[in-house]
Amino acid sequence: MFKHWKQGLVSAVATASLALPLLASAEGLSDDKVKIGVLSDMSGVYKSLEGPGAVVAAKMAIEDFGGEVMGKAIEVISADHQNKPDIGASTAREWIDTKGVDMITALDNSSVGLSVQGLAKDKKIITMNTGAGSTALTEEQCSPYGIHYVYDTHALPVGTATAMVKNGGKKWFFITADYAFGHSLRDNTGDVVKSMGGEVVGNVNAPLSTNDFSSYLLQAQSSGADVIGLANAGQDTVNAIKQANQFRIVQSGQKLAGMLVFITDVHSMGLEIAQGLQFTTAFVWNQNEETKAWSDRFNKIHGAMPTMVQAGVYSAVTNYLKAVKEAGTDETEAVRAKLGEMTLNDMFVKGGKIAPNGSMLHDMYLVEAKKPSESESEWDLLRVISKIPADQAYISMEESKCSLVN
Amino acid sequence: MTNRILFMLMLIGGLTAPLFAYPVFVMDLLCFALFACAFNLLLGYAGLLSFGHAAFFGGAAYITGYVTKEWGFSPLLGILAGTGFTLVLGGIFGFLAIRRQGIYFAMVTLALAQIVYFLALQMPFTGGENGLQGIPRGELFGFIDLNHSLTMYYFVFTIFLIGFGIIYRTIHSPFGEVLQAIRENESRALSLGYDVERFKLLAFVISATLAGLAGATKAIVFQFAALTNAHWQTSGEVILMTLVGGLGTVFGPVVGAITVGALSHELSAFGSWVQVILGTIFVVCVMVFRRGIVGEVLRLVNRKKD
Amino acid sequence: MSIQVILAQALLGLNVGVFYAMLSLGLAVIFGLLNIINFAHGAMYMLGAFIALIGYSFLEKWLGVSIQIGFWASLVIVPLLVGLLGVLIERFLLRRLYELDHIYGLLLTFGITLILQGLFSNYFNVSGTPYPGQPESLSGVVNLGFMYFPTYRLFAIVVSLIVCFATWFFIEHTKLGSRLRAGVENPDLTQAFGLNVPLMVTLTFAFGAGLAGLAGVLAAPIYSVSPLMGADLIIVVFAVVVIGGMGSIMGAILSGLALGLIEGLTKVFYPPAASTVIFFLMVLVLLFRPAGLFGKEK
Repeated sequence: MFKHWKQGLVSAVATASLALPLLASAEGLSDDKVKIGVLSDMSGVYKSLEGPGAVVAAKMAIEDFGGEVMGKAIEVISADHQNKPDIGASTAREWIDTKGVDMITALDNSSVGLSVQGLAKDKKIITMNTGAGSTALTEEQCSPYGIHYVYDTHALPVGTATAMVKNGGKKWFFITADYAFGHSLRDNTGDVVKSMGGEVVGNVNAPLSTNDFSSYLLQAQSSGADVIGLANAGQDTVNAIKQANQFRIVQSGQKLAGMLVFITDVHSMGLEIAQGLQFTTAFVWNQNEETKAWSDRFNKIHGAMPTMVQAGVYSAVTNYLKAVKEAGTDETEAVRAKLGEMTLNDMFVKGGKIAPNGSMLHDMYLVEAKKPSESESEWDLLRVISKIPADQAYISMEESKCSLVN
Repeated sequence: MTNRILFMLMLIGGLTAPLFAYPVFVMDLLCFALFACAFNLLLGYAGLLSFGHAAFFGGAAYITGYVTKEWGFSPLLGILAGTGFTLVLGGIFGFLAIRRQGIYFAMVTLALAQIVYFLALQMPFTGGENGLQGIPRGELFGFIDLNHSLTMYYFVFTIFLIGFGIIYRTIHSPFGEVLQAIRENESRALSLGYDVERFKLLAFVISATLAGLAGATKAIVFQFAALTNAHWQTSGEVILMTLVGGLGTVFGPVVGAITVGALSHELSAFGSWVQVILGTIFVVCVMVFRRGIVGEVLRLVNRKKD
Repeated sequence: MSIQVILAQALLGLNVGVFYAMLSLGLAVIFGLLNIINFAHGAMYMLGAFIALIGYSFLEKWLGVSIQIGFWASLVIVPLLVGLLGVLIERFLLRRLYELDHIYGLLLTFGITLILQGLFSNYFNVSGTPYPGQPESLSGVVNLGFMYFPTYRLFAIVVSLIVCFATWFFIEHTKLGSRLRAGVENPDLTQAFGLNVPLMVTLTFAFGAGLAGLAGVLAAPIYSVSPLMGADLIIVVFAVVVIGGMGSIMGAILSGLALGLIEGLTKVFYPPAASTVIFFLMVLVLLFRPAGLFGKEK
């Protein structure tokens, strides 16, 4: 219950000032350093896709930046949000109130992401969400200080669902992770399927972190759908696909569509089970020499190749620091304005732009898990099928429902 | 006499706490302290072990959150609504649970609380896993802005004192005496002509209502109502707080809540070891330290007097 | 709603039901003799699964010697180890509490639950680690006509049922069992007849714990092994126990199986209620038969 409390005593003076928003001077850095908070799932269902790896990525970014900005130290602190939005929010609240955190990143899990972004909006702190998927972050609940960096539930189905419907998968049944992210992914995917002339024949909501998907899978099987859409992520997706294999779902003629799959999931399922699985991603570690070099470094420290969201943390932190340097201050408004002007180019993103609603617009890739015979090494798992240009992947500003856009 | 000194200490400590500690953290402690006091009324004075008190703590938070956020209730009215809800819920739980005794009573309350947990997970108005976010702190009496963390703090402290006062009065009333008589020897109380079931039920309802008051206040402090509060682990934590502080003592639960809260807080860097440590404290308390901190202190004080 | 779907979900429900039955059976045996509700029963189930997992996947890495404990060996070793832990808990902790209110026994075992859960949460992912040691001979699929059912799950159902009914037979129809029952009815008198009641108590607690450990091993290949797997289950099992009543061994077994089935069928007809249906049934039983379906009024 009190796990999220990180810090003990604060001076009387600091306490009195808590009530007021922490105002940094227009020039220079608040409390003489830049502090970055990595708030992630360190122990649960999303641990392997972000978690400790995100801390590694953030530290690499700081190291590559030279360890300091404007002559002042850059610090990282991290905590486990346990996939609980209340714990996420109260950790973030204490970080902002008593630790002077300037930017919060990772925030895998949309419930946590939304609650922290909401709080950071009140407190005027930048969040760079790399891990969560829900489009609500940049649409209904968009924030002037909230940036959604790696992917969203609009971008995911564009490539994957389109490809599946084209291949004859007209009737869809969803198994949905029962919270903000799953609902958003299911609805967005359903829209794509319908717009292509397909239909959604059923849906079942499964709690986050379900161990036994068998009864959901049997419902999906008896629905007569062509495709079983998995609107979940991380270990949930892995469990569902493995159990579908146990119950011979695919062999009985239905297709599985993992709407959000990470390379670590494919690795833990093994290509024997995963082969042929198509999904959308923002990053493929062995795509070119630059990504390869960075990923090998990451692998040496972390012991696994980076997922798109871990690579995203590296890029987000790097560009945040660049913006602080260029703005000459860590004051939130100035840094956010600078981030909006910049064109983002690094090993993760080419020509990325941060839109007024906070969405980072960049190209995505439709990939396929290789056959075991095609794989040349432990982590050589994916083949790029096609590129999805940024303007197709993300919601255009004309369609955006965000109040900051129009 | 001892009680008066302890009360003065608590009052001074509570009034000055925000000067040396992070106010939001102290508010969290206060909510748990009130929760533990309410729980203690039932276990310490009526001898009933409820393993489902999180249902009241968490349930009230949802109701308060919903009415303030969606219906625009003022924070005070919202807290009253949440507390009123647990009054009814406590009545239902109590009615069902007091049909069984001892460990059965514990299992029944646990299972009933689990229904509330799953309802909170599945009903649309609670937001499920997302929880109820962005609950406004609003203004007290229409002009005191609770977004200011010191104002909020003293508001919470006042609620705590009121809740504590109600419990204190209950324990030291004739009703409280009968409860303790029932705890000591139920059949004797029965033969003396007391309607034991009604006394138990009333104790259960009071305890549930005040647990709800604590939960409702917490929702306003954190602007959040979430599943964590309704989870059985929270029921376990409140038992631990009461046990550590001193079962059946007036100030024990307050001391227990602060001890357990501060401990978890200081040890939070050790991850799941916190749980191991709390579990160990649990075992130690049950095996050799059944009086708890305040209980031991009172024993020493009384021995000196003799 | 086709009959296939109903049969399929019923079978999955039975799959869950055998675990309810094994756990509530263990609880009932312990309660019968010690009058204690073992909150740590779920943690012992979890522990069973973890010992099997560690023996298979981690022992070699941790000890640095080439050693691997396979599934079949685990099936025997794990219940013994968990039973041994039961002996230690009973001998050194629970025994000192018999004079006190039974509530303290519940609180003690709750504390033990927290310790075990916390220990494993430190080293293992809370959302589960797969157990890869499922034997090759059970890895296939059986075509039941209405569905493909993994062989291993059928195996788990059959083994659990055999264990449950063997326990019932042992307690109700053997000489040793009758002595055990005598110990339950009247400990002092039984002691006077020269039977070692404290030893019987210890062994009974160990047996109940071992049963939970066995259920854990059987569950490991089906569900991922997670520090919280027992916590989620034990509360449902408590409700099963309240519904069944503590009157008979057979009552514990039958209500476990029946409630698993009911839960499975609820998933067909009204899925949102699947997680709560057992608790609602408990409320009904409390209203109309407070002592439970198989329980005796005291």
